[in-house]
Amino acid sequence: MSLQPHTPRAKMESRELTLRYGTKTAINKVSLAILEHRVTALIGPSGCGKSTFLRSLNRMNDLIPGTNHTGHILLDDTDINDRSVDVVDLRRRVGMVFQKSNPFPKSIFENVAYGLRVGGMKDKAELAARVEKSLRGGALWDEVKDRLNESALGLSGGQQQRLCIARAMAVEPEVLLMDEPASALDPIATAKIEELIHELKAQYTIAIVTHNMQQAARVSDRTAFFYMGELVECGATEQIFTNPREKRTEDYVTGKFG
Amino acid sequence: MTYTTRRAVGLFLTTLTGLAAFLMVGMLALILLDVIANGASHVTWTFLSQPPSDGMMGGGIFPAIVGTAALTLLMTLAVMPVGVLTAVYLHEYASPGSRLAAWVRVAVVNLAGVPSIVFGLFGLGFFILFVGRGMDRVLGYEEMHWAQPGILWASLTLAVLTLPVVIVSTEEALRAVPLDHRTASLALGATQSQTLVRVVLPGALPGILTGAVLAISRGAGEVAPILFTGAAYFLPDLPSHLNSQFMHLGYHTYVLATQSPDVEATRPLLYATVLVLLLLTFALNLVAVIIRTRTRRKAAGAH
Amino acid sequence: MDRQVVMEQGLTETLAVPRLSAAARRRQLREKVIAGIVTLVAFTGIAALVLIIVFVAKEALALFLEPEARHEASLSKMFLPQVVRQGKPPAFVWQPVSNVPKVSMIPLFIGTLKTTVVSMLVAVPVGVFGALYAAEFAPRRLRELLKPVIELLAGIPSVVLGFFALMVMATVLQDTFGLHTRLNALVAGIGLALAIVPVIFTVAEDSLTAVPRSYREASLALGATPWETAWKVVLPAAAPGILAACVLGFGRAIGETMIILMASGNAAIVSASLGDSVRSLSATIAAEMGEVVVGSPHYSILFFIGVQLFLFTFVLNMLASAWTKKVIKRLTGSAS
Repeated sequence: MSLQPHTPRAKMESRELTLRYGTKTAINKVSLAILEHRVTALIGPSGCGKSTFLRSLNRMNDLIPGTNHTGHILLDDTDINDRSVDVVDLRRRVGMVFQKSNPFPKSIFENVAYGLRVGGMKDKAELAARVEKSLRGGALWDEVKDRLNESALGLSGGQQQRLCIARAMAVEPEVLLMDEPASALDPIATAKIEELIHELKAQYTIAIVTHNMQQAARVSDRTAFFYMGELVECGATEQIFTNPREKRTEDYVTGKFG
Repeated sequence: MTYTTRRAVGLFLTTLTGLAAFLMVGMLALILLDVIANGASHVTWTFLSQPPSDGMMGGGIFPAIVGTAALTLLMTLAVMPVGVLTAVYLHEYASPGSRLAAWVRVAVVNLAGVPSIVFGLFGLGFFILFVGRGMDRVLGYEEMHWAQPGILWASLTLAVLTLPVVIVSTEEALRAVPLDHRTASLALGATQSQTLVRVVLPGALPGILTGAVLAISRGAGEVAPILFTGAAYFLPDLPSHLNSQFMHLGYHTYVLATQSPDVEATRPLLYATVLVLLLLTFALNLVAVIIRTRTRRKAAGAH
Repeated sequence: MDRQVVMEQGLTETLAVPRLSAAARRRQLREKVIAGIVTLVAFTGIAALVLIIVFVAKEALALFLEPEARHEASLSKMFLPQVVRQGKPPAFVWQPVSNVPKVSMIPLFIGTLKTTVVSMLVAVPVGVFGALYAAEFAPRRLRELLKPVIELLAGIPSVVLGFFALMVMATVLQDTFGLHTRLNALVAGIGLALAIVPVIFTVAEDSLTAVPRSYREASLALGATPWETAWKVVLPAAAPGILAACVLGFGRAIGETMIILMASGNAAIVSASLGDSVRSLSATIAAEMGEVVVGSPHYSILFFIGVQLFLFTFVLNMLASAWTKKVIKRLTGSAS
């Protein structure tokens, strides 16, 4: 944290965000800032609303019928639910990587190029350059450069997840949301992903949901603890893990429940 | 009950049900063997490439093969876009509680149960007498041009008949495309229609093809709907216009089997015609079964 | 809705409110148009069903509107016994083409009923038992073979089944039972059974396999043998689905045309014997539509028969789908 010369501004921010599925409240009055060029970890027991919160940051919850919300989510001071914001534009600015790697049953190249193609990019050389750049950024280039035209489904689990990260990066979003990106991976693959997250924060603002507290401690600058749909505490990761203000946070990070 | 009686009853029941299953397989085998044994030797190149001659007691079935192919081709062109888009609506666009979707489903289920002869009446009453007459009036034809049985009306009638087949298989195929792929696409900033065209439809393609093949197989074999909408008794000329009448393998079978003045003389021709028709529909069905088993296995392996 | 809330609360002054870009507006419009087209096309299925009943009924309507048709084919002439010849008792006769057309539908109903009953008597046990075998007793290998074979049987065009009934089964049955007419209700009914066995098998098998494995395991754990489990647990649990299978088969049998047209002899005889020739509703349409004058009373009667067939099968279909839903609801605990 102290390495950064000046206090970063909030890239995204929720204000009093409440989200319901039908009548069930999933998130209750959450106000949280996601700082620019920082990694923010969202932790908490399962069902606490952290994933739902993450998904509302690029309006993936729109896809679930029966959800409604009150409050605001801001991206660079613009309400992302405002009529003036097109959800497609929003998702190009706020990318997402999912818990289970979900490459398309297409070639490695086409997977990474997908977001660019749907965005209207047609120039072959430009596409190739962007795909290479993204795969390098995703620390996958050296492993796949000779088989770009082979099916992405032939990659290992860890490679698939890095492919998905590269695919999300290809559209050059400003924010990258990660929903437990390493939960299905073995320790070595997980270490690679964590290393990658470290490198990415220079360019991106990252929010990551994780159930693994060591991981949160390793990769994040700031940590937000969710419990039963509410934001209990948010602060510098070091402070949350060594000197939490709230009793519930302490109980959770020390493993008393979870 | 004692152990022995229980075992005996069990054995009896297994045998009885097994016998029922065997009976079905046996009947299929019997039909096939009979048709092959009596028909195979008459399926020659001349038979396949010549029109009927000698008052239907000689020659071949070339016009019937072409007629059937042209009919099912037109039918496929009509039914596939409508069927696939309807399934896309039901599975991709309609919200879960949609009233319209529920109504469409009810209609599809009932459409599948409408007797094929009623489709024939519908084709006559709607396409020929209503649409056809209307077109003649609008286009200024003095004598009947569209208001008569023809291959276009017959194929459209069959398209309505096979619509449920296409809708049901396409929807099954769409269901098999993992939700993950849609979510990933949308999260990358693709619109719903881009997701549909680039991810969902390619993923569902094998299932959609299965639907097409099943529809073709069904459409190629149906006779009742085309009885009054375009099938012709004897027509050595190939259909050349959309309002031409046409010969048809199924209808030809019916005619040879029931209207022949000399049953014994037409018998070989009849068996050979049936064999060709059966081979055609079986080949199509087999293709469908193979595509489907393969995709199901693949889908099972992916999870 | 969420946007409304935003509007109502009013955005705080820190929020910039940019306009929706032209590209985004175009994109949204295109998506709306596509969704509209897809929705519009989805109406085709509903439209088809409505058009079928409307246009078939439209051609039949003359029976009730035009004086000539009303005279020639009144409801009483179609459904009540009529004096055909002076001095003879009233009877049901179908002779639509004669100096005095006789248009009683009762012989046609009887013909349809006879062939349908015969086919159901054969197809229900074979189809349901076969499904029970496939779902409960058959080794996995055999089962995987059985399903495609039944699909092939279902794929045989009905004109081929009619041909087979006419050419092969008629002779065999005549020799076996010593029937005096070669083409009769028995031949047509058994031929019809070939067409509806796959329908019954497929739907019955689906509902049997829908019975959760836990039911079977519970029964087997209590010491029941596999057949007791199949007979007393699985079969009752799947009962509505099997009933639906039979109803669907019944609907198919009523409407099926080519098999009966070719194998029933097509004589409109009123009798109880299965050995007599019969003429069914569907076969009557197929046989006579080619020769009628468009717009004549006879023509309208044939369409009227079509309306009846449509309604019969419509009701049977609704029943069947209601029962299928019931079995799904019962077995999964939720409607679907």
